[in-house]
Amino acid sequence: MKEIRIHARAGQGAITTAFLLGYAYFLKGMYPYAFPHFGAARMGAPMNAFVRVDSRPVRLRSQIYKPDYVVVVDPTLMRGVNCFLGLAEAGIAIVNGKQGIEVPKVKATQKVFLVPANDIALKTIGRPLGNTALLGAFACATNEFDLDILLEAIKKRFSGKAREANLQAVKQGFEFIKDKIKR
Amino acid sequence: MREFLEGSQAVTRVVKLCKPGVISAYPITPQTHIVEGLAQMVADGQLNSQFVNVESEHSAASVVLGAVATGVRAYTATSSQGLFYMGEVLFNIAGLRLPVMLTCANRAISAPINIWNDQQDSVSMRDCGFIQFYAEDIQEVVDLHLIGYRVAEDKSVMLPVMVCMDGFILTHGIETIDMPQQEEVDKFLPPYSALYKLDPERPLTMGPLVDPEYYMEMRFAIQETHKEVIKLIPQITAQFFKVFGRQYHGLIEEYRTKDAQRVIVAMGSVCGTIKEVVDELRAKGKKVGLLKITTYRPFPHQEIYERLKNIPRVAVLDKALSLGSYAPLAVEVKAAFFGKKKQPQVISSFVAGLGGRDITKDSIKEIFRLLTAKERACEFIDLKPELLKETYE
Repeated sequence: MKEIRIHARAGQGAITTAFLLGYAYFLKGMYPYAFPHFGAARMGAPMNAFVRVDSRPVRLRSQIYKPDYVVVVDPTLMRGVNCFLGLAEAGIAIVNGKQGIEVPKVKATQKVFLVPANDIALKTIGRPLGNTALLGAFACATNEFDLDILLEAIKKRFSGKAREANLQAVKQGFEFIKDKIKR
Repeated sequence: MREFLEGSQAVTRVVKLCKPGVISAYPITPQTHIVEGLAQMVADGQLNSQFVNVESEHSAASVVLGAVATGVRAYTATSSQGLFYMGEVLFNIAGLRLPVMLTCANRAISAPINIWNDQQDSVSMRDCGFIQFYAEDIQEVVDLHLIGYRVAEDKSVMLPVMVCMDGFILTHGIETIDMPQQEEVDKFLPPYSALYKLDPERPLTMGPLVDPEYYMEMRFAIQETHKEVIKLIPQITAQFFKVFGRQYHGLIEEYRTKDAQRVIVAMGSVCGTIKEVVDELRAKGKKVGLLKITTYRPFPHQEIYERLKNIPRVAVLDKALSLGSYAPLAVEVKAAFFGKKKQPQVISSFVAGLGGRDITKDSIKEIFRLLTAKERACEFIDLKPELLKETYE
């Protein structure tokens, strides 16, 4: 079983992000359970979305406290809460942010990847919605599923202009991490 | 066909397959996606149904009451305060023997206002005459709507059904569903035909004043029908299995209870979490199990008695309260042993998950840990005692 926790603000597309992550696993033949947890139930309020995935149907319904992976959609959240809380020993965090932003310290076994996802989104989608770029980065950093599967999920979820733009965002997010790992 | 679907979306899809002639609902969190989705389907011409916009849940319930009274299949959905606002109409729907389908997206009740999940809303409506089902996962939510319509519209029943799904956990959860196909549903669920209906060509009155000469018999008849429903549900689920290949007992589900020393009784999505813990503890040699209650109304006393009579220790998990008394589900499980010689040595009662307080594996392990020789009543799990000391300055 793998557990993913997404940190975002309500309205930033975290549920879509969780859906797409789950959908990629679904296309891979696994059994994901994606679900949100709202805080104040107001746009802009901190919220979480989660994905729990296994090779058989997931029965556990609690929130996720010891994630294998963390995705931070909005880095300003890190001022108030420790988004890496409970991160697994070999955990990986994908953070939407430019090099040099302050992130919590992690153990030597854990990895943090900073991805300028909003910049990628501005170039590809035209709006600072970094979710799909982060998903591309996630696929590359974690090797949980192939890029092609993620692109397939994007194609099924979006149509028209949004489809093309998000496919580009995913690819650029993926490439960004690929370059990083090479160096 | 296997699909990756949100719980609410799955509900709209199965409701569409049931071809209701009339849908009426008023949006309320966390039921909103269901009514938005159905309204969209009707607007897009995908669903040939009359969607009646209303100004309140009271009116929504009244519209579906009226629709079924004219011999048309009808559907509504609500949650929490909305269910309470429907309250008096719900008693009427059942009293008039109208097989309405209602999805309840379970949510806490005010005050304090809270949009998150527990089961206080539907549990509080236990006495209204609706048949009540509680689903563990989204597949079961889908299937219980099909089973529900069949039970409700059976000529020997003619009573409304409420399918309860935990708010957010299931309404907003997304998982892999085997969505039934139209041909299968058509095979399983024939078009609705009423015993009596409002028709200007053949006028009749429904719901007139009934004086003390008749009232008790009308109520007695509903009580008697609920006894028949207990027998009918396993028959309908057997037919469901033949068409869809998914097996449900319908009233209850036993999970590793055969040789168990300690069993938790619960309803809804928390049963999944309990199953996980049961497997973990079993792997360590602990003889534990789960008895899931799917049908809360009518309450399957006899089945519960049979399944639990030889279990030494039973814990009942409530996600609702009956303020001023013991927890509602615990009372009913205790009542299953009313007048019986055989019974568990201990039936302890626990309350968890109120207003969205997360029920974790640790919460369930704590219940097993506290399930000792000492019987406990209404023991709150994951309570924060430090908050009780806060004062308003």
